[in-house]
Amino acid sequence: MMTLIKNGRIIDPANNTDVVADLYIENGVIAEANNKATIDKTIDASGKWVVPGFIDINTELREPGYEHKATIQSETKAAVKSGFTSLCCSPNTKPVLDSTAVVRFILDKSVEAGFAKVLPTGALTIGLDGKALSEMNSLHKAGCVAMNQAANSNMDAATLRGALLYAETFNIPVILKAEDASIRGQGCVHDGSVSSRLGLPGISPSAETVAIAQIIALLEETNARVHITGLSTAKGVAMIASAQRAGLKITADTHAHQLHLTEQDMLGFDANYHLNPPLRTAEDRDALIEGIAKGVISAVSSGHQPHQPDAKLAPFPSTAAGISSLETVLPLMLELVQRKLLSEQQMIACLSQGPAELLGLSAGSLSVGNVADICVIDPLATWQAAGDLWQSAGLNSPYFGQQMIGQVSQTLVNGKLVFEK
Amino acid sequence: MSNAGKIDSLSKLIPDHCQLQLTSNNQLKHFLTIEGLSKELLTEIMDVAESFYAVADQPVKKVPILRGKTIVNLFFENSTRTRTTFELAAKRLSADVMNINIATSATSKGESVLDTIRNLEAMQVDMFVVRHADSGAAHFIASHVAPHVSVINAGDGQHAHPTQAMLDMFTIRRVKKDFSPLKVAIVGDILHSRVARSQIEALNTLGVKEVRVIAPKTLLPADTDALGVDVYDDLQSGLKDVDVVIMLRLQKERMQGALLPSKQEYFDCFGLTEQKLKVAKPDVMVMHPGPVNRGIEMDAAVADGPHSVILQQVTNGIAIRMAIMTMTLSPTRISKPEVAKP
Repeated sequence: MMTLIKNGRIIDPANNTDVVADLYIENGVIAEANNKATIDKTIDASGKWVVPGFIDINTELREPGYEHKATIQSETKAAVKSGFTSLCCSPNTKPVLDSTAVVRFILDKSVEAGFAKVLPTGALTIGLDGKALSEMNSLHKAGCVAMNQAANSNMDAATLRGALLYAETFNIPVILKAEDASIRGQGCVHDGSVSSRLGLPGISPSAETVAIAQIIALLEETNARVHITGLSTAKGVAMIASAQRAGLKITADTHAHQLHLTEQDMLGFDANYHLNPPLRTAEDRDALIEGIAKGVISAVSSGHQPHQPDAKLAPFPSTAAGISSLETVLPLMLELVQRKLLSEQQMIACLSQGPAELLGLSAGSLSVGNVADICVIDPLATWQAAGDLWQSAGLNSPYFGQQMIGQVSQTLVNGKLVFEK
Repeated sequence: MSNAGKIDSLSKLIPDHCQLQLTSNNQLKHFLTIEGLSKELLTEIMDVAESFYAVADQPVKKVPILRGKTIVNLFFENSTRTRTTFELAAKRLSADVMNINIATSATSKGESVLDTIRNLEAMQVDMFVVRHADSGAAHFIASHVAPHVSVINAGDGQHAHPTQAMLDMFTIRRVKKDFSPLKVAIVGDILHSRVARSQIEALNTLGVKEVRVIAPKTLLPADTDALGVDVYDDLQSGLKDVDVVIMLRLQKERMQGALLPSKQEYFDCFGLTEQKLKVAKPDVMVMHPGPVNRGIEMDAAVADGPHSVILQQVTNGIAIRMAIMTMTLSPTRISKPEVAKP
């Protein structure tokens, strides 16, 4: 079975490639160019980009336990429509993803759905309660690519230290959200001029920086691999850059919408702006973009948290935090390229090569012999983020209903076409 | 989608959440926040209140302006004074009033705010007067009610208490006549105070010379000066030459966290005494939204003293709420009040 993606602009940062060429896929893997082969299927990619399928480090699929918000079926379908071929799902399901049974359930469901690959991340602590270590090695062997404490940051320093040492034993990466729960308190937006004006309880940047400082101090004593997800502050970027210079194994991602929106965009009480981490200042946003350009932030994640409509139908502080963001990552990242804040290579790298490397996956590139997880992008296509073009079960996005630029034409997972516009 | 062209400083445009309360010809549809309202509109509210002032002195304390209208006082948070003055205001306008105390009712059974509103709306209610512990609650309700229903914010979380601010402005105007030369100091828990936020907006819109806030740093919000105030952490320098002092109520629970050590220390540093008041203007007005914690925010001697207008504030609250209810519910039924403008 040979598939040919013809005449596309192949952008493959891992191989430092940016050429207009043909790409061959044979039996689910990327093959050498071969003029004589019998082509079973041809995809015309003229005028389009051919790039490694995107890998999302931070997605909530809501299943098991929260199927009223979304399902593995609905969200993996939204993923491939948006260029993602792999999703790391968060362990905050019900039951919590802290047993191999739940890992198997999720993997079975994702295979059954047949869209994107799901890479579970196991709970770092049992029940995510921050008290007792999970069976990390069993979870890892069952298919978890990392351990993850999700949004449950109420963990004391001694337990976190133990968890990092134990994960290091088996060389399992640990994903942490940098948030000090005591400083966050009841906060629901950035602690700044907008929160002061609207009287909304604020989350000061120190909620993030205090947590990062603690993680860095613990990494100085251990040799664990820590990935900070959803970085939101300029100070945080600087702290991670300095820890990386000191040789610590610390990486970071930020969410695509954090590279655009700031607290100033939220001058009303629209609950679609109730996010965690909160939207911060223009200085923070600019530092995050610069952090990507300089390689301090090596991945961009969606931070996808689909909700049922009711979750946002209440006075702002009583609504659930979160944004349904899988489908807006590509247009938001393309806009940064269009505004010359990132190069094409940088943009594609932080969605593919970057996350693959920090998780130790062989995916994320178009090297010959690699599994053919590929997406074909029409960078100029416009579409409206609504109706049939919105696939996620969660409509909770400040971008919902807006005109977006940049759309996926085809997505292949293991060489198989799983989405076509 | 692009935010590239967006100005990153607070825009001068009226934000959506303020526009919601105005009709297309800039009359009040709801009364949710002072933010975004013009000086002319605030002045009109006080003028209309002035025209209602005399109603209380008549043998029959009623006018028929809102006869046949149904007003629901929907209090998700306990209140005595605010609810009572709203109730009296509605009754003096001849409306039918119903008080619903949700703090001890439906939501504790798991009913959502929206369900509560929809159910009451099905009973042909014309106005909701809402108090809720969440900032933005009144906006949320206003954006979900039927088109003919008006919403008045009687206090939402730490965001706004616009009728309190207007009764305070009305009280100041009745004594001082002109706002432009005034220096006003607001003392106490600015961080958690919806009253302070609305007062600051109103004072700045009405064009006072200076608004000061005086508080320990634990009780100030982030970027306080962006609210349009000068910040003082010392009571004596903050009170110097002021025309009006507004003392805020201090909630007892502030003593539990890492905000304040004790009532005694608070009173020592930020409590108002006759002695401390001496640096203010000789004709200084002392105000408080009530209820006063004597010996915490101020001495009994100040609360009951010659500078205090605390009880006038309560009386004025009825006239202001009559004015706001009339302007939102029945703008065409007000004949322009014949009162001398200040």
